Amino acid sequence: MGLKTPLYDMHVRQGAKIVDFGGWDMPLHYGSQIEEHHAVRRDAGMFDVSHMAIVDLSGGHVREFLRGLLANDVERLKSFGKALYTCMLLPNGGVIDDLIVYFMSETWYRMVVNAGTRDKDLAWIRKHALDFGVSVVERTDLAMIAVQGPNARRKAAALLSPPQQASVMELKAFFGAAYGSWFVARTGYTGEDGFEIMIPATDAADAWSRLLAQGIKPAGLGARDTLRLEAGMNLYGNDMNEDVHPLESGLAWTVAFEPADRDFIGREVLERARREPGRELVGLLLEDRGVLRSHQKVLVADAAGLAGEVTSGTFSPTLNRSIALARVPKTSQPAVQVEIRDKLHPARIVKPPFVRHGKPLIDLS
Amino acid sequence: MSNNVPRDLQYTKSHEWVRQGQNGAVEIGITDHAQSALGDLVFVEVPDVGRALSAGEACAVVESVKAASDVYAPLAGKVVANNAALAGKPELLNEDPYGAGWLFRLQAGPAAAAPSLMSASAYESFLAEESK
Repeated sequence: MGLKTPLYDMHVRQGAKIVDFGGWDMPLHYGSQIEEHHAVRRDAGMFDVSHMAIVDLSGGHVREFLRGLLANDVERLKSFGKALYTCMLLPNGGVIDDLIVYFMSETWYRMVVNAGTRDKDLAWIRKHALDFGVSVVERTDLAMIAVQGPNARRKAAALLSPPQQASVMELKAFFGAAYGSWFVARTGYTGEDGFEIMIPATDAADAWSRLLAQGIKPAGLGARDTLRLEAGMNLYGNDMNEDVHPLESGLAWTVAFEPADRDFIGREVLERARREPGRELVGLLLEDRGVLRSHQKVLVADAAGLAGEVTSGTFSPTLNRSIALARVPKTSQPAVQVEIRDKLHPARIVKPPFVRHGKPLIDLS
Repeated sequence: MSNNVPRDLQYTKSHEWVRQGQNGAVEIGITDHAQSALGDLVFVEVPDVGRALSAGEACAVVESVKAASDVYAPLAGKVVANNAALAGKPELLNEDPYGAGWLFRLQAGPAAAAPSLMSASAYESFLAEESK
């Protein structure tokens, strides 16, 4: 028996197929993963993401602390509620985790980190926080529900009072705001508009029921994975880990090299790596029928026998084609071959995202 | 979990079903339990007509959004037909695993009396045992 979120009983009641995910008993799907995927692309779906860890960091030197801990620069956060996506790196540049950090007040930041990495993340953060007198509190008293899709914001706003509804509908992308003990952010992991709602665990089941009553479809980890992959978003453990740095993981845009005098953990190695040819994370579209899967070998035409590897692959329900993220040598030509069960299949390097706001963004012909 | 087990078919421990026809012709597919465990199917690869299969040989692939799974020949024989409709509509296998979702037909060899096949009730007991 694994750990259970405050919504576990709701999932079971709704007929979820429960699987282990990083030690948590989580819903994989509630009947059809593909229908849940389409619900998010076309209307509104909701995910229990309470297994992720919410960590509050506070103290007089918290900003200074985070400017050294994270590869992106929290100095970019100028107004309260603003969110920033970033990696937390080892000194050798390897990725400990990817996370979102919210600017709550001058002395308070909130992080949301992955479930499977929570223990090592907290140990790492606490170790470095000590020197800055920053307090690190894991908010196990909170649950989190992600409501995603073109109609998600309008439907989810019904949870709030009329004046709060007006306010929450004004939230800009990648901003959050507090409503009493709730925190609502316009963020997500699907390529659709929506909210991620952090609420006291004791409110979770009631909120879930009310969202159901709004016609929001529960969606499991299966749909979450196909949606994020279509959106070209990385999954920690698949697309990056402690053995690769963010520049080879499609995450160069999250590393703030400017200002040049900001000394963050991993900087020295990345400064060298950015001048080397190396590898890059790209999108793949399979030209044949079949399904791309992680660890399949990618043969590139021009890189002197170097092979790449699929890091995440799936069947895209929106495109009706198989898509993937793959790490390949940087000079690779667009036409590649992928080894699937000992046979070579043609595939094409494309630029993610594959799908955004319900629309295909790549040429399928 | 969906667990329909028709009485008139035979079964394997790897969740294939076998429908015995006349004169050694057999039809093969995967069970309702198997399709339900796999989830939404998105790709099916069936063996080419004319291919000779030995019993237990991996000869077809069914892939759902989450995983790929091999299908094994329940008995030896030569492939005489395959279900081409699955290429365009793999979901037939979810909707009708014992009918429109059939995978291929074999002309079984003379020595194809396969003692390892289970009856419907034996397969049900096997499923009950597996889920413990």
